[in-house]
Amino acid sequence: MSDILTIAVSKGRIFEDAMPLLKQVGIVPNEDPEKSRKLVLETNQPDVRLLIIRATDVPTYVERGAAELGIAGKDVLMEYIGDDIYEPLDLGTAKCRMMLAGLKKPKPITDRPRVATKYTNITKNYFSAKGQQVEIIKLYGSMELGPVLGLSDWIVDLVDTGNTLKANGLITLEHIADISSRMIVNKAAMKMKSARIKPILEHLEEVVSRNS
Amino acid sequence: MKTINRWLLPEGIEEILPPKARQIEHLCRELIDLLNSWGYEFVIPPMIEYLESLLTGTGEDLDLKTFKLTDQLSGRMMGFRADMTPQVARIDAHLLKQNVPTRLCYLGSILHTRPAKSGDTRAPLQLGAELYGHSGVASDIEIVKLMISTLKKAGIDKLYLDLGHIGIFRALSRASSCDSEQQTVIFEMLQRKAKAELLTFYKEKKIKDAASLAICDLIDMNGGIDVIKEALKAFSKIDKSINADLKELKTLVKSLTDESNVDIHIDLAELRGYHYHTGMVYTAYVAGKGEGIAFGGRYDDIGEAFGRARPATGFSADIKSLVKYCRQDKAPVRIFAPAKGDEKLEKTISKLRSEGKIIVRELACQKASAKQMQCSKYLANEKGKWVIKSS
Repeated sequence: MSDILTIAVSKGRIFEDAMPLLKQVGIVPNEDPEKSRKLVLETNQPDVRLLIIRATDVPTYVERGAAELGIAGKDVLMEYIGDDIYEPLDLGTAKCRMMLAGLKKPKPITDRPRVATKYTNITKNYFSAKGQQVEIIKLYGSMELGPVLGLSDWIVDLVDTGNTLKANGLITLEHIADISSRMIVNKAAMKMKSARIKPILEHLEEVVSRNS
Repeated sequence: MKTINRWLLPEGIEEILPPKARQIEHLCRELIDLLNSWGYEFVIPPMIEYLESLLTGTGEDLDLKTFKLTDQLSGRMMGFRADMTPQVARIDAHLLKQNVPTRLCYLGSILHTRPAKSGDTRAPLQLGAELYGHSGVASDIEIVKLMISTLKKAGIDKLYLDLGHIGIFRALSRASSCDSEQQTVIFEMLQRKAKAELLTFYKEKKIKDAASLAICDLIDMNGGIDVIKEALKAFSKIDKSINADLKELKTLVKSLTDESNVDIHIDLAELRGYHYHTGMVYTAYVAGKGEGIAFGGRYDDIGEAFGRARPATGFSADIKSLVKYCRQDKAPVRIFAPAKGDEKLEKTISKLRSEGKIIVRELACQKASAKQMQCSKYLANEKGKWVIKSS
């Protein structure tokens, strides 16, 4: 690990919501990732850089120390297998809910319920905690179609406004978890670079509690 | 199309070739010599044994990591060791039966059913040293110093040492009002340092006793030696044993101030090996690696399962990850010797070999030259004498 501090973050809402927070602790990227094709963005601080990667890859980069810090949604962290990451801060941004949803007018379920989802681990853990046996069907997107076309009885998905569900004749059934962006830290970096990382975390915590 | 390649090795299992294999072998010898020089005697525990004895007193993590098979002779379950430490503890408790401090060291392959992280090895080469029969901080100091020496010998110039004490969390857990199910949740959140989540959990469950809140404070208790002072102030009222634990930690930290190129970091919420460790825990980190490189700590209770409780502390490391930090030594000189020669040639070869030189003998009618045989020198006859020449 060099003296450079690398923060892994994904494009889109997580990035947009987190940037104002980072700005308040004095970290501003020199370029806009939506316009630049660069995957590594320098910032106004010479020893801090941002890594623009896919959301699901953020915990992998941080756990293995390729990035010291990362910003990831709780959904990604819950889905990630591996527990070797610190998760010290809830940024309170990019908020939404992980929900179980089904048809507004459900068809009777005779067998084990089938659940279509992108989040197979979260779904498995949720139902096993309830002691309910379900069949999980892995999909990569447009889960709402599952119940409509009879592929599944329910879906597990992130719900923000609920408009997509509504437009497809679905309603939310059960609340699984509240989701927001988390600051994650590599365990070794937290110990080796604590003098650099701790002040940033403390400052961020202040900013977050002031905002909420 | 054939899609199965029968020469592929299983995931996380590797074969090590020259020159790395030579470096590993060399490192093993150097490190065992070092451990010996500190009075640690070498033991060779079995690779495979009955599951009950392999897993006694360890915990679920090790059970899941262990490869298992049925013994055709007895019909009982056997396991391939996933960690040698419990085996060595058994040797001390059950076989040696001494009542004096016992120092043992070991080196061997272990197997893990699943890699620690995807892409990691499933067959580490574990080196370790354990000190039994002494419960004071002096044995912890010795083990930490030995761990530092071992890593420096392996070629690591700059070390980061992370120290913790499992006793503090245990005492706070005992004093807290939470039931065991809640404690499992708290433990899991503490390992992730998820402070906000923990506070929300407390709010939901209406947990507000001093000890539980102190557990949450543990999350921020990491950094330099000041952390100990801070903790003494915050926790001394909750449980007296915590004071003693913190003082132990302070003594250990102070004893290490004369170690050069070792950065010390204290983390009171470090709970690695919680189900196994009972006192101070130590992890060594090295710049450029996102995980620990050597791990140690006190585990006083494990011998009890083998009929004799003995205080114990020790450390272990994976040679395969240490070797990456080895100073690159030059490849040894190989000397090519001709197949045909006189009696003098035979004598010269014997003499050179006894001096530790590497002699590669040509085989009759062989077509490969000295260079092709990776020999930078060769033996040549000059005026009736056999001399070494550079090729």
